Amino acid sequence: MPSIPYEHGLILAAILFVCGLIGVLTRRNIVFILMSLEIMLNACGLAFVVGSARWGHADGQIMFLMILTLAAAEVAVGLGLIIQMYRRFHTVDISVLSEMKG
Amino acid sequence: MMLLFYLAGAVALISTVSVIISTNVVHALVYLIISLLAVAVIFFVLGAPFAAMLEAIVYAGAIMVLFLFVMMMLNLGQATEDEEKAWLRPQLWVGPGLLILVLLTQLVNVLVTQQVDVVPVEVGVRELSVLLFGPWLLAVELASMLLLAGLIAAYHLAKK
Repeated sequence: MPSIPYEHGLILAAILFVCGLIGVLTRRNIVFILMSLEIMLNACGLAFVVGSARWGHADGQIMFLMILTLAAAEVAVGLGLIIQMYRRFHTVDISVLSEMKG
Repeated sequence: MMLLFYLAGAVALISTVSVIISTNVVHALVYLIISLLAVAVIFFVLGAPFAAMLEAIVYAGAIMVLFLFVMMMLNLGQATEDEEKAWLRPQLWVGPGLLILVLLTQLVNVLVTQQVDVVPVEVGVRELSVLLFGPWLLAVELASMLLLAGLIAAYHLAKK
C-alpha cells in the first residue's frame, strides 16, 4: 500500500480548522456559527485519526469517537438554544443577544 | 490510494469554503454534508474504516438531519437570505482572514518540518472495541453521561 505523507493530513486538518474559525469570527447568523463549530470539531477529529494512522495505534480513533459524542451533544443543545432564541426574538442574528434586559 | 487522499482532501476543502461563504442555510448544509463525506473517505484511506462509517452515519446522517429539521422548523425565508447577503461584506473578511492566515502559516511551518510517511495500517472494529471496553471503559461511561445530559438539556431548552 503506498504511503501518505503524515504532514499533509495534519495540514489538511489545520486548513479545515481555520476555515471553521473564520466562519465563527465573521458570520452573524447563529446557524452558520454552529455549522462552523462543527467544521472545527471535525477537523480536530481528522487530526486525531491522522495521528492514529501515523503511530499505527487505535487510541486516536477512540478520541475521534469521543469528539463525535461531544459534537452530537453540542449540536443538540445548540439547536435547542437556536429554537428558543428564534421563538423570543424572531431572528437568527446573534447581535440581538447582546442587549440583555431583566 | 494517495490520489484518493488528495482528491478527497480537495473536495473537503472546496465544500468547506463553500459552507462559510454561502448565504443560503440549506445550501450550506448540503455542502457541509459533502465535506463530511469527503473526510469519511480520508478516514477510510488512512485505515480507519470504523471511524469512516461513524463519520458518514453519525455526522453526515444524524447531526446534519438534526440541522435540517431545525431549519424546517424555523422556516427561514428569502428575507433571511437577503439579510445574510447584506452582512457578508468583503471588508468584513479582511481582519480575521489576515490574522488567521498568520496563524495558519506558523502551523504549517511547524508541520512541514516533520517528514514522515504513513503506511496506513487498518485498525478494524474488533481491535477498537477491545480497547473501548478495556482501558477506555470509563471514557465510554462518561460519554454516555454526556449524551444523557445533552438529551435532557435539548429537551428542556427546546420545549415551549
